[in-house]
Amino acid sequence: MADVVLDAKGLNCPLPILRTKKTLQTMQPGGLLEVQATDPGSVADFESFCRQTGNQLISSIKEGDVYKFVLKRK
Amino acid sequence: MDLKPNDAVIDELIKRRLDEILPQKIEQALAERREKTPGSLTIIATKGTLDWAYPPFILGSTAAALGWNVSMFFTFYGLQLLRKDLSFLKVSPLGNPGMPMKMPFGPEWFQHINWNIPNALQSVVPGFESLASTLMKQTIHNKGVATIPELREAAIEAGVNLIGCQMTVDLFGFSREDFIPEVKEYVGAATFLPKARDADVSLFI
Repeated sequence: MADVVLDAKGLNCPLPILRTKKTLQTMQPGGLLEVQATDPGSVADFESFCRQTGNQLISSIKEGDVYKFVLKRK
Repeated sequence: MDLKPNDAVIDELIKRRLDEILPQKIEQALAERREKTPGSLTIIATKGTLDWAYPPFILGSTAAALGWNVSMFFTFYGLQLLRKDLSFLKVSPLGNPGMPMKMPFGPEWFQHINWNIPNALQSVVPGFESLASTLMKQTIHNKGVATIPELREAAIEAGVNLIGCQMTVDLFGFSREDFIPEVKEYVGAATFLPKARDADVSLFI
């Protein structure tokens, strides 16, 4: 479903956000990006990132040990 | 009877109306401007050790990732963070009682032990700072935390302004060749302070 999947598992703050920003830049507006992370702090970080940058946080779920975020590039 | 309003009455009416609507309009305009303008951050980085390299680069690169305008002024020992090769960065346990001393290898129960080796014992061992730095780098790597070169690269890619302190370059006998070419400019405090004044957040690290 997502256009791009970014594996940020095992990475700690601020790498999940930094990698996400870099990946989003390569995408078209409206594209969907799924980010997978294991950093518990990333839940709040992604909410904040989307609020600050205007990208939309479509979903934020936890599957086992992995947090999955789907973002829509603005 | 024909009542003609005179100027004083008109003034008073206008004043009262303005008192009513202005505060709300001003609040609205300020809120709209805040929504539209990205945040801004200035950081003055003054330390040149491995542990102190993290706060400025993490804060700077994250703010840039959030779309903020970021300028970082590297002065005194902070100027070291602009060197081309960052492998020299060290951390010292001396005078750092807040530093946990856990071994980044071995079984889990072993890694949880905080050794707390006293300074007096450490200082007789030659190269203990290099050892501490190696262990710290290993710990950082194990936990998936970025290296300083990685963070600096991310900051540069995100458009952070890296500014060097010219006075420090002269003071410690550096030349601009020692530093990465991406440094935007070398200036003094009088140039940086106005930037800090306009920033939403200004930090001294």
